[in-house]
Amino acid sequence: MSTDTAALGVTPRRVVLSEWTKLRTLRSTVFSLLAAVAFLIGFSVLVPVVVVTHWPPDNARDALTFDPVGASLVGGFFAQLAVGVLGVLIVTGEYATGMIRATLSAVPKRLPVLWAKTLVYGVTCLVLMGLALLAAFLIGQTILSSEGIDASLGDKGVPRVLVGTALYLTGIGMLGLALGALLRNTAGSITALFGLLFVVPTVVHFLPASWSDAIAKYLPSNAGTVITSLQPGSESLGPWTGLLVFFLYTAVALGVAAFALTRRDA
Amino acid sequence: MIEAHGLTKRYGDKLAVDGLSLVVRPGVVTGFLGPNGAGKSTTMRMILGLDRPTAGSVTVNGKAYREHSAPMHEVGALLEARSIHTGRSARNHLLALAQTHGIASSRVDELLEVVGLKDVARKRVKGFSLGMGQRLGIATALLGDPNTLVLDEPVNGLDPEGIRWIRELLKERAAGGRTVLVSSHLMSEMAQTADHLLVIGKGRLIADVGVREFIASAGRNLVRVRTTDPQKLTALLAKAKANVTPVDDGALSVAGMSTDEIGIAAGQAGITLLELTPQAASLEEAFMELTHDSLEFSGSAS
Repeated sequence: MSTDTAALGVTPRRVVLSEWTKLRTLRSTVFSLLAAVAFLIGFSVLVPVVVVTHWPPDNARDALTFDPVGASLVGGFFAQLAVGVLGVLIVTGEYATGMIRATLSAVPKRLPVLWAKTLVYGVTCLVLMGLALLAAFLIGQTILSSEGIDASLGDKGVPRVLVGTALYLTGIGMLGLALGALLRNTAGSITALFGLLFVVPTVVHFLPASWSDAIAKYLPSNAGTVITSLQPGSESLGPWTGLLVFFLYTAVALGVAAFALTRRDA
Repeated sequence: MIEAHGLTKRYGDKLAVDGLSLVVRPGVVTGFLGPNGAGKSTTMRMILGLDRPTAGSVTVNGKAYREHSAPMHEVGALLEARSIHTGRSARNHLLALAQTHGIASSRVDELLEVVGLKDVARKRVKGFSLGMGQRLGIATALLGDPNTLVLDEPVNGLDPEGIRWIRELLKERAAGGRTVLVSSHLMSEMAQTADHLLVIGKGRLIADVGVREFIASAGRNLVRVRTTDPQKLTALLAKAKANVTPVDDGALSVAGMSTDEIGIAAGQAGITLLELTPQAASLEEAFMELTHDSLEFSGSAS
């Protein structure tokens, strides 16, 4: 049995295939990803329709600062909730059901499991969110074109916003996955994820201005969302620098999760 | 072949496994017997590399489980707590695990048929009975056609037909020269399944014997006696160092004397005997006797 195990054994490719099978065969995956896409598409219709029915706005300055790209991508805020929760569930679902023992018995070196989950979910998010964002943008602009206030794909900054938002949403999914692997508990991980994204910035906001100004722009959600708007504020980091900072958080969380995974009892 | 040397696991201040050294040999079904909380499941999790030993080591076929490049072909495991995501179908569960080792999906379908889950293969595990879940767990263990099987309480929740099926499967595997370690807290179950016994209590090895020797040596022979004068006979036999306990129906249960010795003693004292029956101690009693001192949770009345 052990003489020809080289052909038989565990390889990174096989673990990736296994994780892909696991991802696509759960209803929670399908529901969460459908929800993310539905948020993006739904708001890409809703917000532009509201805008064109009330166009031009009462305040002339609102017309000047109107952001057609942002108007078509409002659903991104909600999509991040679905994508983040699914990231958590991909790991904590295994701990809650005991599946993790079967998984780690099959791949006792453990780390390939974490990397495979990250890769499979990351690529899935990037492709699906990329396509959904593109669709949302095109739908939104089509509606806005009735008032001639639409943007086009070739406009300066538009490709950056679309690609950047897809990367940001993917990063949120990976951050959820890392926190799930670290905390191993669904409720705790979801709380930690959204606490980090939404509560921490609020808390920092209440610090003395000199502190808050220095810290706020480096917080994960503040840094990561710069790239999602066409004209970032002057106080924030640059779009790509911000995204890089955001991915550093994700990488650190994954690193700590990997360390914990190899140390702890399953 | 599974070998443990001084295997120890401590959870906080609780010692679950305490310096366990044992060898599980191929070719026989080895029963891993002990009361609940004796450390059987913890030992099995350490064999599979799921729990890290506090001290000592355990190897499977000469290597730590983690070091095997194709672990599912070395060891097939069924753990006591279910290890199945209930939101997935039986087939997809097996398929995902098979894929980690490049095992063909035809092997998955074959096993679903073998364990009798073919008709529900595409149903979500959520709706499975305990017995069906157990069958799926056994299919998981057999996926890689491993040399070694480690099964924690495999007959839990199975119907009599399923229990017979497991016993035959284990015996067949062992007869083919493979290693089979199967745990239970029921001696009667082990007597019918195992050839060899590893008995543990409070995390320590109490006995490492053949099932037959165990039954022969650990069994105290009891004699059932009925008499017209139980009080006088009890006093008489107690003086002869026998252990006398009254039984519900007014008879006495005597340990430490043969039927001949009791008959002669009673005759000499002029006590009339109505019944004198030798009784082999039940396996369960032999087991209780052996693990008496190491019971984790002793019931007050038994």
